Amino acid sequence: MTTHTIKVKVNGVEYVREVEPRLLLSDFLRHDLGLTGTHVGCEHGICGACTILFDGEPMRSCLIFAVQANGHEVTTVEALGTPEKMHPLQEAFQEKHALQCGYCTPGFLMTLKPFLETHPNPTDEEIREAIDGNLCRCTGYEHIIEAVKLAAQKMATRS
Amino acid sequence: MKPIPFEYFAPTTVEEALEHLSNLGYGGKVLAGGQSLIPAMNFRMARPGALVDLNGIPELAYIKPTADGGLAIGTMTRDSKVEHSPEVAKRFPLLPEVMPNIAHPQIRNRGTFGGSIAHADPAGQLPAISIVLNANLKVLKKGSERWVKAEEFFLGPFMTVLEPEEMLAEVVLPALPPRTGSSYQQVSRQKGGYSMAAVASVVTLDEAGKCTNARMVMISVGDVPILSAAALRILVGQKPTPEAIAEVAEIAASQEIDPGTDIHATAEYRRHLIRVLVRRSLTTAFERAAK
Ligand SMILES: Cc1cc2nc3c(=O)[nH]c(=O)nc-3n(C[C@H](O)[C@H](O)[C@H](O)COP(=O)(O)OP(=O)(O)OC[C@H]3O[C@@H](n4cnc5c(N)ncnc54)[C@H](O)[C@@H]3O)c2cc1C
Ligand code: FES
Ligand code: FES
Repeated sequence: MTTHTIKVKVNGVEYVREVEPRLLLSDFLRHDLGLTGTHVGCEHGICGACTILFDGEPMRSCLIFAVQANGHEVTTVEALGTPEKMHPLQEAFQEKHALQCGYCTPGFLMTLKPFLETHPNPTDEEIREAIDGNLCRCTGYEHIIEAVKLAAQKMATRS
Repeated sequence: MKPIPFEYFAPTTVEEALEHLSNLGYGGKVLAGGQSLIPAMNFRMARPGALVDLNGIPELAYIKPTADGGLAIGTMTRDSKVEHSPEVAKRFPLLPEVMPNIAHPQIRNRGTFGGSIAHADPAGQLPAISIVLNANLKVLKKGSERWVKAEEFFLGPFMTVLEPEEMLAEVVLPALPPRTGSSYQQVSRQKGGYSMAAVASVVTLDEAGKCTNARMVMISVGDVPILSAAALRILVGQKPTPEAIAEVAEIAASQEIDPGTDIHATAEYRRHLIRVLVRRSLTTAFERAAK
């Protein structure tokens, strides 16, 4: 099988790699780059655990081939914050108990980051819509909604 | 790795893409947003030998006004672009009403307007919308071009008139006349889940309030989207009374559809939904047309 050389910027770092066309972007991030923050649940677009930013927009990394990322920019949860300097969303998720096992959390965060940037003061309804494409088997979602509201406040006071 | 091995081509122009498709014939497949094709490949239900990826062809992604006041939408225009386009909202308010029901924002950011039509899922919204809006579909293959009416495009579940070496390039939506109203109604277990049944209507009134056109399409209740003949026959030429609308709903639900039973709904329940949704959709569309 022919492989292809791709040049892709992930979290600001440029990588050049050889990939088989059938390699999913989610597996490329996890296995080839060791960025295991991106989780894989269903691998057919339903669960949202693998959500990343592709050229700044949230998309499913299990429904894009790595070879298609050639020349594009990918942002994963690893770029969001560090344990010392967390993103307001990460702080809010921690403070409001918006995660339990944490499997779904990276997908939620990568969905919510661009959402809060365009909805600095979201209503409950808007938040529910925004997380409609992300499944969580643990929290029951109420804590997540609380966390999003808190994160919006934190972001407003910081800017 | 989930899918079987395949060859991959990333053309940057339409000509190049058509050249690949022509060389590959039955061995090749177009990759648009991949939001239906890649899941099918991950399950190994789809096993194409080669993919021709259209994502690197900027000339296929656009929303352009046409001379008659309609719109031409390039096949690779992302669903989210159509959803949020002011041009689209102004001319075809049905589209921003429908789009949020298609999957989730993360999928609409990648899935394409033309890809959804070419995919021909009987539960998909956009194949039906292309019919109800009377779309003209531009189909290209190496060295030739043809136009197909949306009404004649769908042959069965996931089957269209497209030949393997052909590509859907553009969707042209003719302008809607004044005093036209539209409405989309669906019932699904979850927003962003495929509907158990759905109805889209586009109706036009004359100055006296008589119906001059009534297009209504039903989704998820047959192998292809079903354009109602009863709506045209019963409504056109008269004022749209609740009785006339109820009659259309009854005929549509009992005679025009061929629903199946699956884990989501029985055929009988789908008929019931159609009866209710036709009434809601037509009533709302006429109200909007009268404004
Ligand atoms: C979780 C989830 C939920 C979804 N829910 C819905 C829903 O509620 N309603 C709905 O309608 N859809 C839904 N979808 C499908 C989604 O909207 C797809 O984006 C769409 O159906 C296919 O468009 P695409 O651009 O991704 O096409 P692809 O997946 O790339 O292609 C689909 C098929 O069409 C062919 N094709 C694509 N473009 C062309 C072209 N230009 N010329 C010729 N052939 C072409 C491909 O070869 C392939 O066979 C859902 C998907 C997911 C993952
Ligand atoms: S793993 Fe991608 S959506 Fe579930
Ligand atoms: S925290 Fe466990 S799935 Fe969401």
